[in-house]
Amino acid sequence: MKPIYMDHHATTPLDPAVLQQIMPYLTNHFGNPSSTTHEYGRQARRAVDRAREQVAAFIGAQNSDEIVFTSGATEADNLALKGIALHPSRGKGHLLTLATEHKAILDTVEKLKKQGFSVDFIRIDRDGWMDLDHLQELIRSDTLLISVQAANSEIGTLQPIAEIGKIARERGVPFHTDAVQALGRVPIDVVRDSVDLLSISAHKMYGPKGVGALYVRKGVRLASQIDGGGHERGMRSGTLNVAGIVGLGAACEMAAAEMPAESERLRILRDYLIERIENELDYTTLNGHRVERLPNNANFSFAFVEGESLLLACRDVALSSGSACTSASLQSSYVLKAIGIADSLAHCSIRFGLGKSNTREHVDFVVDLLKKHVVRLREMSPLYEMAKEGIDIDQFNWGEHSHDEH
Amino acid sequence: MSTDQVDYTEKVMDHYENPRNVGLVENANGVGVVGNPTCGDVMKLSIRVEDNHIVDVKFKTFGCGAAIATSSMVTEMVKGKTLEEALAISNKAVAEALGGLPRIKMHCSVLAEDALKAAIDDYLEKQKNQPDQ
Repeated sequence: MKPIYMDHHATTPLDPAVLQQIMPYLTNHFGNPSSTTHEYGRQARRAVDRAREQVAAFIGAQNSDEIVFTSGATEADNLALKGIALHPSRGKGHLLTLATEHKAILDTVEKLKKQGFSVDFIRIDRDGWMDLDHLQELIRSDTLLISVQAANSEIGTLQPIAEIGKIARERGVPFHTDAVQALGRVPIDVVRDSVDLLSISAHKMYGPKGVGALYVRKGVRLASQIDGGGHERGMRSGTLNVAGIVGLGAACEMAAAEMPAESERLRILRDYLIERIENELDYTTLNGHRVERLPNNANFSFAFVEGESLLLACRDVALSSGSACTSASLQSSYVLKAIGIADSLAHCSIRFGLGKSNTREHVDFVVDLLKKHVVRLREMSPLYEMAKEGIDIDQFNWGEHSHDEH
Repeated sequence: MSTDQVDYTEKVMDHYENPRNVGLVENANGVGVVGNPTCGDVMKLSIRVEDNHIVDVKFKTFGCGAAIATSSMVTEMVKGKTLEEALAISNKAVAEALGGLPRIKMHCSVLAEDALKAAIDDYLEKQKNQPDQ
């Protein structure tokens, strides 16, 4: 039996209807959209133009040439941050972001910091929800950009995008949001929310991998990061990935049509999952915001049970964990750490990412499976034994043993 | 013995799914607890030593699949052994007995070796303090 897929924050399956729209551009319609001297090129150009309009309509952009196609959201994030920071019209100023951002943001600001930019992290609470007053306090005269994700991929916490946009606009600071997880799940409108730059990924919303886009509001000037033929209004050179772009456009159109009903369906499923886990298992913690949360996300720590071993037991369902043992770096989730979750609980975390294919039966299946194995693994856990004896494992003196010794 | 694979061997999966000797030895005279919940693994090994032989051994482990499998394997390997024989078992031998471990999981086998040593140390310490037992 193939495992039930419940890891839709990592990626989503390509929708067959999207694939169908892509196929001609991988086969007969192979033209280069820049080659407008002949019909091959013009046909490709029309397909790209249509996709640009589909993406623009989906996020409420007023003009389709505000969409810059990229190889994905990592590139879009890089273009937004470096494009703003390194533009010759600007000096080595100040950047504001969150400690829970995707690594495409965090590693990029880290690099910019080494080049002389200053970076501040806006305060977040234990649910990962950012502090708007702190944002107000942190804005300086040399603040170049505010970059705040629309939703977190691990704990599902949403951010008050419209409020941030309002503050940013009032203070005259450009506002970028990585909306990869939020798009297709919660409504986003770049005009209503006063967003200047927005990163999109196709494969998180049933489109193909290797394609994404950056919305760049008219008038926002970016330094290009990939130079060449001057494609995408000079902001991103390279022959366009026509098939991928067609797929992104189709995915956006589909998401716009399906979102209201699908998000509500997922929210009901998600609440059912949370309710069952909280009612049927003890020593569990819901990580992330209970209300301001992606409709398809749940993230639980099952105390005294290490996440990798639990995933191994539940391998009939594809899930992920914030445990160090599931990462190549042997570091537990930096997101959970940033919101103040103890390492001992981060190792016990499991992320549920619901999507189109999931049903109530799937939720029942995964909860039944988890219950069985959490109970079994706790019986085997010295930490559970200690907890039952009333010992606080976070206060206990564990000595010096650590991975570093090995 | 480590591999570049991310998958566990059949032996590891067998010991993970059907761990041997789980629990606490009732009349244990040596107990070792190593690891740290902050690092994601804690192993508790209890032994019963009679006439310099490990006659019973049980474990409890909080940790990944490899940590549980190595715990289980180490209990099988030391049962019936003299203390000297048990102390000679290296983490590599435990990993080898499991058909190898993914490279990033090798530290789990170190934990098993450490837990065994800690339990034997605890036994020897107790003998020193109460030589008549």
